[in-house]
Parts: sequence; C-alpha cells; structure tokens
Amino acid sequence: MNILITNGRLIDQAGERLASVRISDGIIIEIGDQLAPDADNSGAEHLIDAAGLVISPGFVDLHVHLREPGREEAETIETGSRGAALGGFTAVVAMPNTDPTQDSVGVVEFVRQQGKRAGLCDVYPSGSITMGRKGEQLTPFAELANAGVRLFTDDGNGVQDPQLMRRAYEYASDLGVTMAQHCEVESLTAGAVMHEGSCCSHLGLPGWPSLAEELMVHRDIELVRLTGASAHFLHLSTAGSVGLVRAAKADGLPVTAEATPHHISLTDELLASYSALYKVNPPLRTIEDVMAVREGLRDGTIDAIATDHAPHVSETKEMPLDQAPPGMLGLETAFGVALAHLDMPLADVVAAMSWKPAAIAGIADRHGRPIALGEPANLVVIDPGEAWEVVPAALASKSRNTPFIGVPLTGRVKHTILHGDITVRDGKAQK
Amino acid sequence: MSRSLLSITELGETGLRRMLDTSDHMAEVNRRPNPKVPALRGKTVCNVFFEDSTRTRLSFETAAKRLSADTMNFSVSQSSLNKGESLRDTVETIAAMGVDAFVIRHGSSGAPWQIGEWTSISVINAGDGWHAHPTQALLDMYTVRTALNRPISVDGGSFDGLRVAMVGDIKHSRVARSTTEAFKLLGANVTWVSPKTLLPPVHDESVVANLDEVIEDVDVLYLLRMQNERMSEALVPHLREYTARFGLTPERAARIGRHVLVMHPGPMNRGVEMAVDPGELPGSVINQQVTNGINVRMAVLFELLGSGSENSLTGNTES
Repeated sequence: MNILITNGRLIDQAGERLASVRISDGIIIEIGDQLAPDADNSGAEHLIDAAGLVISPGFVDLHVHLREPGREEAETIETGSRGAALGGFTAVVAMPNTDPTQDSVGVVEFVRQQGKRAGLCDVYPSGSITMGRKGEQLTPFAELANAGVRLFTDDGNGVQDPQLMRRAYEYASDLGVTMAQHCEVESLTAGAVMHEGSCCSHLGLPGWPSLAEELMVHRDIELVRLTGASAHFLHLSTAGSVGLVRAAKADGLPVTAEATPHHISLTDELLASYSALYKVNPPLRTIEDVMAVREGLRDGTIDAIATDHAPHVSETKEMPLDQAPPGMLGLETAFGVALAHLDMPLADVVAAMSWKPAAIAGIADRHGRPIALGEPANLVVIDPGEAWEVVPAALASKSRNTPFIGVPLTGRVKHTILHGDITVRDGKAQK
Repeated sequence: MSRSLLSITELGETGLRRMLDTSDHMAEVNRRPNPKVPALRGKTVCNVFFEDSTRTRLSFETAAKRLSADTMNFSVSQSSLNKGESLRDTVETIAAMGVDAFVIRHGSSGAPWQIGEWTSISVINAGDGWHAHPTQALLDMYTVRTALNRPISVDGGSFDGLRVAMVGDIKHSRVARSTTEAFKLLGANVTWVSPKTLLPPVHDESVVANLDEVIEDVDVLYLLRMQNERMSEALVPHLREYTARFGLTPERAARIGRHVLVMHPGPMNRGVEMAVDPGELPGSVINQQVTNGINVRMAVLFELLGSGSENSLTGNTES
C-alpha cells in the first residue's frame, strides 16, 4: 500500500514540525514540506489530509487483557486488536492471565499468531513470572525470551513471596528481560472492593489500603537495588507509590512505571453509585492520589500511560460489588481521557503513549520510532482538539464495561497505520 | 416521599421525623383488637432475602399483612446465585411477576442501590452488607422517643443532650452506621466504644476504647452483636477479652443508672456483649425494639406504597 499523508504536524522524539509523509511497502520513503500526490499512478496512492492534525508514532500499550485464550466471550485478540487500532495503538502487550496462562512457548506463540491473523495491531505476549500465576514456581524465562517475550508479570496478582521474587529478579538479570510487578500485598486486601478511606468507611465496603501497593513497590525497589535487575511497576495508583519510584529513579535504579487513564481521571467517590463499572484493581483512589499520579507523569517519574484494558461481559458486572470482577475497558478511550486530564504538552502525552512504553516493552526497534526516512510506518494521526463522547454501540470491544460513557473526552484518533497499511481511517476500523 | 427507602442519608431528617409520626398511627392500629387495615389491599410486597434473617423477614411480613398487602418470600442462598444468574437477572425475574415493592436483605453493601437502578419498583433496604439498615434505625429512634416520651415530630423536638454509647463492632455493622446517623440527625451525642480493629478506617465520630470510660455517663447503651468469626480475622484476640473490655457484665450493669436505656439489634450473643440477663435490666428496651419494628415497617410500607390518605387506616378489614 502506498500512502501520502499531507500537511500534518509531526510529533516525535525529534520535536515538532509541519510536513507531509509518503509511505510505501510499510516504510517511510519521503518526508517534505510540499509533497504532491504521485501523478504517475494516481489512485494507487491513498491520500490522507492531515491539515490541522497531528502525526505521531503509533501508540504502544504496555498493559491489555485480550482474554484469549480462555474468556473469548469477553474479548478476543481480534476484537481487542480492533479496539487498539481505533485507540491509535500499533502495538500492545498482552497480559498473561489467560486460560491457559501464558507461561509456555506454545501459549505465547498462539497469542502472537492470533494477533498476526487479525492484523490490526502487533500483539506482544508477556509471560507470567510464575507457572499458572500461582506464585510458586518460576516460568522458563529463557525459553520464553527466546520466543520473543520481553516483559514478565503475574498481573492480576503480585508475586507475594519475597524470596521467589528475589530469585526471579536475579535469574532475569542475565536475560535482558524485565519483571513487571502488579503491586499488591494480598493479605492486606482480602475481600477489598475499593480504596480504603473515608468513602469506603461510609459506604460499608471493604477497603484496599494504599499501603498494600506501597509495601510491594518498596520491596521491589529494594530487590532491584540488591539484584541489579530492572523492574517495571504496573498501574501505580497512590501518591506514596509515585514518591517511592521518584526516589528510586533519583538513586539511579533501573525502574520504570506506568499509570492508567482511569487513575488520572476518576476517584473513589464514584463508588457511591455502587456500580461495578467503577470496580478496578488497584482501585480508584482519592483526588490527592490522582493529582500525584498526574504529577508523576508530568515530571517523568511515571514513564508511560497504559490502559489495563480489562473487558468483562455485562452479566458479571451486574453483580454485587464484592462479587463483580475488577476492571474496565481502556483501549478506545485512552488518548481522549489522557489529553482531557493531563496538563502536559501534547508531545509529552504522545511520548508517554508511544516511544517510552515501546522502550519498556523491548520493541523500540519497531514501534515508537522517529518519523524519518527508512523507518517502519507505524503511525497515528490524531485530532488533539476534537471533543467527543463514547457511544457504547460503536465500541469495537466485545464488552461494554467502560465508565466513560457520557464523559466529555478531548482528542480523538482519526487514522492508524500499521506496517504501512491503514487499519483505521476517519475513526473507522478498516477490517 | 421517595418511592424507595435505601438509607437514613437518603431519607433525611424530615423524612425520618415523618416516619416516626406515621409509626404512631401504626402503633395505634396495632393496639386495636383486630390490628389489620385495608391500606395496601391489592399491593404485593416481595421479601427478597439473599441472606438469612428470619426475624427481619417475619417483621416485614407481619407489617405488610397488617396493611392487607399480599406478601411473597424469595430466599436465595448465595450459592444458587453463583450458578450463573446475575443479581440483575434474579430481580428482573421477580419484578416480572408483578410486585409493588422489594424488601431486600443482601450480604453485599450496595445491592439495594443496584436493584433500584435496574427496576422501577419500590425498594426497601432491609440491611445491606456492612452499610445500612434504615428500618432498624427507625425502630431504634421510635423506641427511644417512646421510652423517654420525647415529643419529636415533623413539627420539632429533638434528642438534644441525649448521650448515646454504641458499643462493639462498628466496622462491620450496618446497624451502627444507620442508627448513629439517625441519632445524630435528631441531635443526640453518639460515642463509639470499640477497639481500633473494629472501627471503620476513616471516620469523624468520637471514640473511646473501653466501656468503663463512659458507662456512668450515658443515657442510652446500645450493644452491637459481636460475631465469632471476627476472631479468626485477628480483629480481637479472644471473645473473653472482648467481654472484659466491651461487654455488659454484672459489674457494669450495677454501675449504670436505672434511667439508662439498654438496646440491642438482636440476635444477642449472650455471655459475650450481653453478659447479664437483659430481663433483669430495668432500662432494657430490647423487646420494645422488636415490637416497634412492626410499627415502623408498617409506616415505611404505608408511606412508600399507600395512597397517603389516613382514611385507609380507619375501619378494620375482614379480607
């Protein structure tokens, strides 16, 4: 496919400039002020008018639950990939809490192949840290690393045993892979459905204390200091966690962190509705935590925005709060939520959604690349000024558990280009 | 009046006072030789209990029958719900049978709110999780008002100056939350008597950590049920120690004044929080609480489902 994107505002690692971009066979072949449509083979070149729009490297999501294999009624790799493309993502990291777990080469290869088959977004499977995510026995990191896995996590659960986690960091440090921790000390969160604070006290709901996250962030920072391995912290949600990671980075430790769109936009007060749409793990926290997470993104303590896209079929959310599963959709709303809630230059938001997470995922050779000659054409074209609202029926996800229905969002993905093919055009998925 | 009664918060002070006034009318009905009136004839009240509570269900059922409503009982154990039917499916199925009010008891906080979102039927919260138990709070207020003969109505009157100690497991208690709120709406001073392990994580109530600190300075001593399973969660080391610090022992009973009202939402844990025979306490109003439960639940049903006309309370019905 040949594509010409004209007169866009380019944003990448190199800065900002106005230009047109010509793409052929998946590669950027020309960049210039005034590129004209190719007269020789008119019609063979797809034209995208980007006047007033921003062209950036495609987004990379470090944290999605695509539910396949195991819970295809909630999402499949195809429907999740379509949602990803609509959200401007050209690459996603699939969490390992599938059934079976992504703890063997076979399952990991299956996920990758399903991603390729859908062809809407590059799907990079993560591996679990422990077999079956049971927290007992390490997965074969080297085997999985040879199969291309770069990020390991037991997401959905943190690894509770400090000795086992120490071994994981030590063993991983030789392999060039990163441990990504879901920070939750489970003995402090048994039965919890929301943030522990004045809201949960009033609502009579069991609380999930900030301490349960911060204890494990602290433990893992110290394990990184001890072992020299690198760690990535998933979905940080508390002011204390942000402070711990900020201090660790100041000490020069190889740690990175992500935050979700919902932890920069929603607070625990929403649980007063008792709607399970707002149940998520880690839970929505206070406005002070929200402000601290935003500040962490602004000052670079938190490297990336990652969605924790977690589809659930509606009947499981139509249960009492303590029985409903945690999680909310994220892929299709991430950019609009981020831009609406972050007081940051657009280029910094794009960085947190593109080349910074690409580096953490170990895919910076293919995604989040500068927009330059010879680079792979994984791009997104966005309208940062467009105000919009989610239409549930228009969601590509199989599930509908988004809390952002009726919430004004700013910034919309117009076109997404994956390996030089248009996957989304004018906000519509092309397959 | 709203079509539902979910919490004291939503009922508000005016609604609370009105319910107390209406409860007086119902008490009058209940004193008649034939305590049955046609007020809710043709209405159907469905008791949907996801958590066992024979006492509360019987109280609601009696209240509905004395108002001539038809009653249905639907008991659901949590295990049958786990067979794949969502809470929404369950209540929509019952709603489709044509009922006018749901009386909901659920072990999960918030379930009555969810049900109120999914159906257009009146919902009466008969206790949800740790959260709220508004009819218990109403019967408690009615009991104290009656016992102390305080002229509290929509026209005025209050519990100003009344010193209430609420003793025990506040954290897990819907009774503590709702009854504390109702007492405060009517002007009483409430002190929570509880160890930190049994308090909500964040609150702004006044707290003392030992019953002896307040026992001689209260007008109402409200004992909460102490559940055995709290020990396995390491919230208290031992029930014996709990009784020593927070139980109403014979020694403490001897120290309280004869005017002090002793209350308990039931069922009592004899020998734990209630380490004396309540029948020997001059100020015990525990049985009145049960009796008044019928009065206030009739008032709630009448206010939510009735025509609003007091004519329907005159004249007995033989139907």
